[in-house]
Amino acid sequence: MMSRETILNAVLALALLVVPVTASYAGEQFYVTLATRVAILALGAVGLNIALGLGGLVSFGHAAFFGIGGYAAGILAQHALSMEPIVFGLPGTKQMLVIWLVAMAASGLAALAIGAISLRTAGVYFIMITLAFAQMIYYFAISWPAYGGEDGLSIALRNSFPGVNTLRPLPFFLLCYGVLAAALAFFLMLKNARFGAALQASRQNEVRVASVGIGPYRIRLAAFIISGMVTGLAGALFADLNRFVSPSMLSWQMSGELIVLIILGGVGRLFGPVVGAVIFVVLEFWLGGITERWQFFLGLALLGVVLFARGGVIGLLAGRERHG
Amino acid sequence: MAEPVLVISDLVKSFGALLATDHVSIDLRPGEIHALIGPNGAGKSTLINQIAGTIRPDSGSIRFADEDITAHGVAERARRGLGRTFQVSSLAPEFSALRNVMLAVQAVQGSSFRFFRPVMRDDRLIEPAMSALYRVGLAGRASVRAAELSHGERRQLEIAIALALGSKAFLLDEPMAGMGPEGSKNLTAFLDGLRAEAPILLVEHDMDAVFALADRITVLDYGRVIATGSVEEIRRNPEVRRAYLGDQA
Repeated sequence: MMSRETILNAVLALALLVVPVTASYAGEQFYVTLATRVAILALGAVGLNIALGLGGLVSFGHAAFFGIGGYAAGILAQHALSMEPIVFGLPGTKQMLVIWLVAMAASGLAALAIGAISLRTAGVYFIMITLAFAQMIYYFAISWPAYGGEDGLSIALRNSFPGVNTLRPLPFFLLCYGVLAAALAFFLMLKNARFGAALQASRQNEVRVASVGIGPYRIRLAAFIISGMVTGLAGALFADLNRFVSPSMLSWQMSGELIVLIILGGVGRLFGPVVGAVIFVVLEFWLGGITERWQFFLGLALLGVVLFARGGVIGLLAGRERHG
Repeated sequence: MAEPVLVISDLVKSFGALLATDHVSIDLRPGEIHALIGPNGAGKSTLINQIAGTIRPDSGSIRFADEDITAHGVAERARRGLGRTFQVSSLAPEFSALRNVMLAVQAVQGSSFRFFRPVMRDDRLIEPAMSALYRVGLAGRASVRAAELSHGERRQLEIAIALALGSKAFLLDEPMAGMGPEGSKNLTAFLDGLRAEAPILLVEHDMDAVFALADRITVLDYGRVIATGSVEEIRRNPEVRRAYLGDQA
């Protein structure tokens, strides 16, 4: 028998596909763009959900990886346009597959460096040190004139993917949706495997994990790197969606948004980031049209979830999580 | 006589002005239950924590299976076969009893860096874990979350985890605490058989259990060993009677 959560997830996955496809055929391309925004933000939060949800690592610096992924896309595209090599004669590229690999490698390396140091702390110190690292990268981007500095970097034409016309909204949405689906499948696989068991146990009781002979540090570091890579991939897609990268992708507000998405949807839940991203984008779009202070209502929603639905919206609808 | 499995030599640990472990030397021989008793605050748990690696001693050494493990961390000591239970149960509360034991089985089988196969479909994990649960009488509660187990059941689960680790020595910190008379009786019978598998260093306040089980008893008081000997020697020792046993002997 399927659990309530499985059914709920299936409905959500279907809705996120049907709405933009219908909108596209009805000529409402704007809604397709909104859905793409949902998919990409959800992807970024799926990445964070590996560290935060499974590992209990409250990273307040995931914008660093989101932004590094974005800049990877922007910088590679700029060099492809100018035909100037980046370093050591390496050329730029407009190919998303290459860009994604570079984005994931760069954000993974950053996560290795940041995680190796940050994971020696815990609790509030971990939150603060991840924030500090992200702020360092943010100010670096602002003061680096080669790639736009404070003004950011435009991508003249959206990068390309074999067999997909990425310039049109619907095919680009479907591409992002496919990547999100793959990331969700990856998250589920990770969660259920031995690695996920050790990671989730480290969140619940670090002493217990060490007492059976598993060192929590290496498990957490690996999770942090994987987490950063997925969020970096989302950053590359986000840059392509907006055809623009700026230091705001690296800002602490961005880190906070990713955390908010997960808390709204349900920490550690497979579709938590998806629900969170839907709520966020819908509030941003509808309420943002009515009042500039739409984030006040986002705050209210967050308050409601924290006070009355600790498992987020998924927890509210599907009940508490069961671990075999 | 067989070589001791665990040798603690001249261990010292102080917390500020308090000397919690005062030049303690004890050992654990194959096949024996060595009970560690003493009044509250005598330093029993501090000693167990130093052996398990959660607390670093100020000086002295700990040898286990012919190797100096004084500098090793908790995880490394566990991998070498030191299985412990905690005075206050320490489990993964959201995981079922079965998954708590499976984590130990997974650790024994090697790397946790495996990303593909779902653990709940992995008989190599489930079968050894179930058999450990069965041995401690917890098989019927395998799918219950650790947080929802009764106090006594959690103690049993900790022992099942130590069993699944295939430990070469057990450090049991008050395994009877909070158990009813029936539970204590069953656990006593179980530990009686367990010593053949691996020796046990047993911290326990239940003197009936200690006298029934122990091959040797060491008495701690103010961090110091005040006596070591057989059950009879300890019962007769005047200093032990004054410090701890009172009328119980």
